[in-house]
Amino acid sequence: MKILVCISKTPDTTAKIAFTDNNTKFASDGVQWILNPYDEWYALVKALEIKEKDPSTSIHLINVGAADNEPIIRKALALGGDEAFRINVESQDSFYIATQIAEKAKAVGYDIIFTGKETIDYNGSSIGAMVAALLDLPFVSLATSFTLNGTTATINREIEGGEETAEVQLPVVVSCQKGMAEARIPNMRGIMAARTKPLTVSEPAAAEALTSIASFSLPPAKAGVKLVPADQPEELVRLLHEEAKVI
Amino acid sequence: MPVLIFIDHADRQIKKSSLEALTYGADLAAATGSHAEGLILGTVNDDLPSLGKYGIKKVHTVSNENLNHLDAQVYIKVIAEAVQQSGAATIIFSGNLTGKAVAPGLSVKLKAGLVTGVVGLPDTSNGFTVKRTVFSGKAFAHVNILTAVKIISINPNSYSIKETGGSAEINALNITADAPKVKVTATNKITGTVPLSEAELVISGGRGLKGPENWGLVEDLAKLIGAATACSRAVADADWRPHHEHVGQTGLAIAPNLYFAIGISGAIQHLAGVNRSKVIVVVNKDPEAPFFKAADYGIVGDAFEVMPKMIEAVRKLKGA
Repeated sequence: MKILVCISKTPDTTAKIAFTDNNTKFASDGVQWILNPYDEWYALVKALEIKEKDPSTSIHLINVGAADNEPIIRKALALGGDEAFRINVESQDSFYIATQIAEKAKAVGYDIIFTGKETIDYNGSSIGAMVAALLDLPFVSLATSFTLNGTTATINREIEGGEETAEVQLPVVVSCQKGMAEARIPNMRGIMAARTKPLTVSEPAAAEALTSIASFSLPPAKAGVKLVPADQPEELVRLLHEEAKVI
Repeated sequence: MPVLIFIDHADRQIKKSSLEALTYGADLAAATGSHAEGLILGTVNDDLPSLGKYGIKKVHTVSNENLNHLDAQVYIKVIAEAVQQSGAATIIFSGNLTGKAVAPGLSVKLKAGLVTGVVGLPDTSNGFTVKRTVFSGKAFAHVNILTAVKIISINPNSYSIKETGGSAEINALNITADAPKVKVTATNKITGTVPLSEAELVISGGRGLKGPENWGLVEDLAKLIGAATACSRAVADADWRPHHEHVGQTGLAIAPNLYFAIGISGAIQHLAGVNRSKVIVVVNKDPEAPFFKAADYGIVGDAFEVMPKMIEAVRKLKGA
């Protein structure tokens, strides 16, 4: 079994969001970078669980980004990825990134491609679906569980107000969310092993971006909270009814 | 060239988020001197000509049993064909679960630039620039679409439904659909409650409620005003409440008209899931709780004293 896990670097969930260069660039000074939580906790750990059941499985990681992405790639190797690819280019739009991943996947050939449901910076939720379309493979989005039986995968996915179960023959592309697996912490042995695992850097395939970010902006600051005394909850009810008009 | 809106449905009923998309598409068409048309795959019970009241001229339909369940690749091929037949240059999706599965693949198929998470009409004064949320609602990006055909996926509950009047013409398209490779074998719906992702009003509880036995305070208020119930991550992790109720960075991101948080401190990861809510109310006994900074209304007080009185006042208001 060959699995490809797509991983991204994102600012830490508590990072301050600000912009520089006339609001065209994310202000990265002092920002702590992490492995995108959905890629790490759900996509990668699910791949590890599959490998634990079938040790012949190999887990490849792919990241589209510059050399400063390597710490998060090494972290994913420390968690248990076998081998990593970094496509050496500053990521542009989703279509551009998906094209890079699809080119690599086409060259190697995978049974399963996992992505997180979205990155916590751009929240595009697009890469998995685009890779599937580029490779003409079945795609299951927002999966909450994944079990293998030979070459058939049984996958639960979120629907409005519930879940549905689907069966699909491999190969398949799956975007992963909460429920798929439980977060893990890399151990010392993994961290040591990660130093010598192969990380191959290659130049990007020819591709174009279909969109470009012109600028960023921040939402207007909240006017401030209107506090109601604790012994007058009926006043809050009145405000919600007459002023905010929500109840 | 028309604006084409993908109309999504569940249990044979058109989703509210798709009515928002219809209104958005009609407004976009009006602003760019074009007209709007809808596209429905599969079968619905709704009266289709009456969708004209949301400002669309025509509804294209494709009926085929292969479209009864979502297989993204099957849908994409059919939608791409419908786009060609209708001559549409802009395609609108709601960024609901179906939109998330389908719109990116359509972007690949048509080589059409896609922007997801959109919260407003495009600015066409200099190119075609769309405003979308990024960083889990903490900022916006203004994104240019560089291709002739454009796809926009709007955030659910970010565009108000408008009804005008009028009737839509129905046009059955003759498009074949491949047999699905993703075969749905079971559906498990939580019935009798408002789905959180579609809810306009949400009452949510956190660790401050001390245990699942106290959730009556959340549920009573929710029942009175017809709200959905939600919870913080700590509560879901402790199994006080089911995981599908968890809102926040790693749970569900929602944007209701009212988010009412009881006993939730408002960690940044929780705020990331709810900061697009229109009105936020916080009840917490800790005046330093970070949630108060993001709130519109608040009470600093003990939920066990405040909430029963609050519920009584709502009961009086509702005459129940």
